[in-house]
Amino acid sequence: MYQYDSYDQAMVDARVEEFRDQARRRLDGKLTEDQFKPLRLMNGLYLQLHAYMLRVAIPYGTLSGGQMEALADIAEKYDRGYGHFTTRQNIQYNWIKLEDAADILADLSRHEMHAIQTSGNCIRNISADHFAGAAADEVVDPRPYAELLRQWSSFHPEFTYLPRKFKIAVIASEKDRAAMRLHDIGIRIVSRDGEVGAEVYAGGGMGRTPMIAPLIRDFVPIDQLITYAEAALRVYNRYGRRDNKYKARIKILVHELGAAEYTRQVEEEFAHMLAVGVEPPREELARIAAYFAPPAFVDGPKTLDRSDPDFALWVDRNTHRHKHDAYVSAVISLKPAGGIPGDATAEQMRVVAKLARDYSFDELRVMHTQNLLLPHVRIADLHAVWSALDAAGMGAPNMDTIEDIIACPGLDYCSLANARSIPLAQRISESFAAKGRTEVVGELKLKISGCINACGHHHAGHIGILGVDKKGKENFQLSLGGSEAEDVSLAKITGPGFDEDGVVAAVETVTDVYLGARQDGERFLDTYRRIGMEPFKEALYGG
Amino acid sequence: MADNLGTSPDEVQFRFRDDEPVDHGTVTVDACCDQTNATAVRIEPGDDARLLLPYLDRLALVEVNFPGFGDGRGYSSARILREAGYTGELRAVGDVLIDQLSHMRRCGFDSFAPDKRLDEDDALRAFATWENVYQRAADTRRIIADKRHEA
Repeated sequence: MYQYDSYDQAMVDARVEEFRDQARRRLDGKLTEDQFKPLRLMNGLYLQLHAYMLRVAIPYGTLSGGQMEALADIAEKYDRGYGHFTTRQNIQYNWIKLEDAADILADLSRHEMHAIQTSGNCIRNISADHFAGAAADEVVDPRPYAELLRQWSSFHPEFTYLPRKFKIAVIASEKDRAAMRLHDIGIRIVSRDGEVGAEVYAGGGMGRTPMIAPLIRDFVPIDQLITYAEAALRVYNRYGRRDNKYKARIKILVHELGAAEYTRQVEEEFAHMLAVGVEPPREELARIAAYFAPPAFVDGPKTLDRSDPDFALWVDRNTHRHKHDAYVSAVISLKPAGGIPGDATAEQMRVVAKLARDYSFDELRVMHTQNLLLPHVRIADLHAVWSALDAAGMGAPNMDTIEDIIACPGLDYCSLANARSIPLAQRISESFAAKGRTEVVGELKLKISGCINACGHHHAGHIGILGVDKKGKENFQLSLGGSEAEDVSLAKITGPGFDEDGVVAAVETVTDVYLGARQDGERFLDTYRRIGMEPFKEALYGG
Repeated sequence: MADNLGTSPDEVQFRFRDDEPVDHGTVTVDACCDQTNATAVRIEPGDDARLLLPYLDRLALVEVNFPGFGDGRGYSSARILREAGYTGELRAVGDVLIDQLSHMRRCGFDSFAPDKRLDEDDALRAFATWENVYQRAADTRRIIADKRHEA
């Protein structure tokens, strides 16, 4: 895992002091709320429906047991004893007082964490494949590149007042487990003739105008990655729309210019930047990469005792193939049937921290699916891990099933929301669990957003639900056929929306259609792609 | 008309240069490209700073206007001019706030004429916020990665 040196620590400490000073000037009336807002946002502090919300960065989703314990302490000391893990691998606290914010940032800094650029119109926390460093199919560990980008983007003098927020994701395998092409910039680290480089996609995103990012360069030599990113950002900073907040994301620029013209402008700027020379020294990447050297894996049993069916089901559902054959990565479900997706109590965080220490080289991941992950677990230790998780309410065998719902905070917390997402997620997961239908249906990614901003990724759901306001009442639009993975696609709306009861029933209806039509081995998404929308429409709305 | 545009030396609150400031108004980018004798120009957010590159030798002052603090195009304009070798005065004018000073300085601004005068102490603290920096910009500061690997 990456560790701060004295420079990194000093940067984060300077930021804490800067924020303390900003908060003081706000209280002294030297800053108006309009002026203070972008400053607090760039430190992760939002004003929500009932209180301030603090979003803490977990760079590329990686953290240690000690850091998880620090997050647990903050949940207890400053919040209501829990936190919410998000689709961008961060954690949010929903009940924060403004006067505590600087102290929380100081607590985070002591554990090499921060809330820098987790909001605002700047380059946000860099996300990555949650199986990075463990997955059997990766070309390299993508995290050193993400860390290089983290440092480059932190307090970037030119790109702090962009037209709109800017999200970057980095992966390094054919499989996409980070919704890479739904980011402002998506990077896939590849190897070509033994040379490492980056495939770059630009202009993806969800929100009210979902777009899949087109490829803008198939190979950026790795020692020019920062230079290329700088060029891509400069073109966006100069020409991204600023006249309309809803058209200000880079996806609109790329769409309006066309990918070819945007690419041409980036290439021109890139050539210029290469001449200027903005790349950090080559040795820096090697220095960072050394922190991500694989831990000392040891050989061990590759098979396990499957006599306990509950354990066997969990192993089948929640573990992922590791590059070392005596290990697996184990998904910690934060989706108990009927629970709030992504929420964890301080107590649960401490259980997870201890498991990381005892069984996973003190490493944890936050997944974009709002779950946690132990990246390196010996197969021999799996039963002990499962037992501890199960006892703490985190042993649900439901990864990528209909219970593994992504949901935004919705109208229960969010000042932008039109509808509640959480109760809907709770009802659906509870209903499928109670009827024993979860395993029957198999892989089915259900994603719920409480407004058009799409924080719940509904455009990318095999089934997506969007909450809207219809004449003062919550109404839910159903969509089908989205995917955030390597087979990326955007979901299509089925037809008129439903009330809450109606949409719960509609989800059941579309799974019925799937079960009736599926051919061997097909996931819901595969069946939908084969048979199309019509049979689902017919079942939902009649002939 | 040109005389009405731009800030006067009196309005400059912070200046990191020793030469005499230009004592006349600025012209627009369009006017600067049309007339051969202009020595001071003002860039608006939507202007392409690169149009000025053929004339850098004769320019002594470039003002970059920030009509609203949230519009960050001026940061790119400033850096582009410095990358092209412009050494004259680069003045940030308009809605310039304390917490933007250190970033503007890094992008190459060396004078500041905010619409509303800034608190001196707060501003000086803001200029000194970052003892070290992560990325290269228009200043010549050695970045953290350079320091990590110096012999």
